[in-house]
Amino acid sequence: MSLLDYFKTSKTSSASLAKERLQILVAHERVSNNQPMYLPQLQKELLDVIQKYVHVDKDAISVKFEQDGNQETLELNIMLPDDTTKRF
Amino acid sequence: MARIIVVTSGKGGVGKTTTSAAIAMGLAKKGHKTAVIDFDVGLRNLDLIMGCERRVVYDFINVINGEASLNQALIKDKNCNLLYILAASQTRDKDALSQEGVGKVLDDLSKDFKYIICDSPAGIERGAHLAMYFADDAFVVTNPEVSSVRDSDRMLGILSSKSRRAEQNKEPIKEYLLLTRYSPERVKLGEMLSVEDVQEILSLHLLGVVPESKSVLNASNSGIPVILDEKSDAGQAYADIVARYLGENKPHRFIDDKKGFFGKLFGGK
Repeated sequence: MSLLDYFKTSKTSSASLAKERLQILVAHERVSNNQPMYLPQLQKELLDVIQKYVHVDKDAISVKFEQDGNQETLELNIMLPDDTTKRF
Repeated sequence: MARIIVVTSGKGGVGKTTTSAAIAMGLAKKGHKTAVIDFDVGLRNLDLIMGCERRVVYDFINVINGEASLNQALIKDKNCNLLYILAASQTRDKDALSQEGVGKVLDDLSKDFKYIICDSPAGIERGAHLAMYFADDAFVVTNPEVSSVRDSDRMLGILSSKSRRAEQNKEPIKEYLLLTRYSPERVKLGEMLSVEDVQEILSLHLLGVVPESKSVLNASNSGIPVILDEKSDAGQAYADIVARYLGENKPHRFIDDKKGFFGKLFGGK
C-alpha cells in the first residue's frame, strides 16, 4: 500500500455509502413490490372485524406476506392492549 | 422465429437508445437480419441516432393502424443491408400503441427477422410496458449511480411479473446487465459504484461494461451507431457485448483503470 492509498482509505468513500443505501432500499422495495395487491384491503377489513370485539389501535395489527422459494406465508400479528379493562 | 430483445432501464438518459442502435448494428454486422423498433411514441430519437431521420415516411403507429405496410415503414440502414429501423410516431398520442397491435407487428417481423430489438422509452408507462411485454431477452442498461440502479431493480421486478412469458407461465425473460458510462478511475477513487457493487445489488448476469466515452457523443452527432467506430473504447465494448450475447467467450474489458506513469508511481500495488 502506498502513502497515497493510506489517505484515500482514511474516510468512507461515497461509493460505499451509495452501495449501503441501495442495498437497504432495494431489499425494502423488493418486499413491498412482491406483495399481493389485496394486502392493504385485507389488513383494513381484518382490523374492522377485530375492532368490533377489542379496542385496538390501527397499528396494533400487522399483516406480513413472505415468499421463500415456492412457499408463500401470510403472517397475521395482533397486539392486544395491556389494559384488560379496554376489552369488552 | 425471431428472438425479441428489449433494451430497458426505467431511468432516462442512461443510454438505452445508444445501446439499441449499437446492438442492432452489431447483430446485423454479424450476419443476422435485425430490426430495431423505437417504442418512444411522441419522443422518437432512434432515427436520429441511426442517422435515418430524413427517411422516415411511415412509422410504427401507421403500421399498427393499417395505414402503411411493414415493408413501407421499415427503413433499410445505409451502413448495413441486414438492418432495418421502425421509427416511432412523433405526432401521435402514446395511447395509440395497443397490445394487440404491437403483438401483430412483432409476429409479422418474426417471420422474416432473426433479432428484433425493442428500444424502450424511460419510465414504466404504456410504451415501456409494451416494449418489454413480448420480449425473450432483456438488456437492462444501468449507470453506476444510485437512482439508475434503483430504477433497474424496479424494472427487473416488472420484467419477471408483467411480461407475456410471466403471464403465460413460460420460461422467464433472460435478463442481462449492461453497465454504461462507467469510469474506472472514479471507481478506483471510491467515487463511483463498481461493477461488483452493482452486480451484487441487482444479482444480474453481466453482459458488458461500456466506459464513459467521448465517442458516444461523436457518434450521435453524426448519426452513426457508436459500434461502427471500431477504434473507440465504447465501440469495442459494444462489439464485445454483441459477441458475448451470441455465445462467444470474450473476457471483460474497460473495468480496470489503466494507470499512467504517475498513477503507477503513486498508486502502488
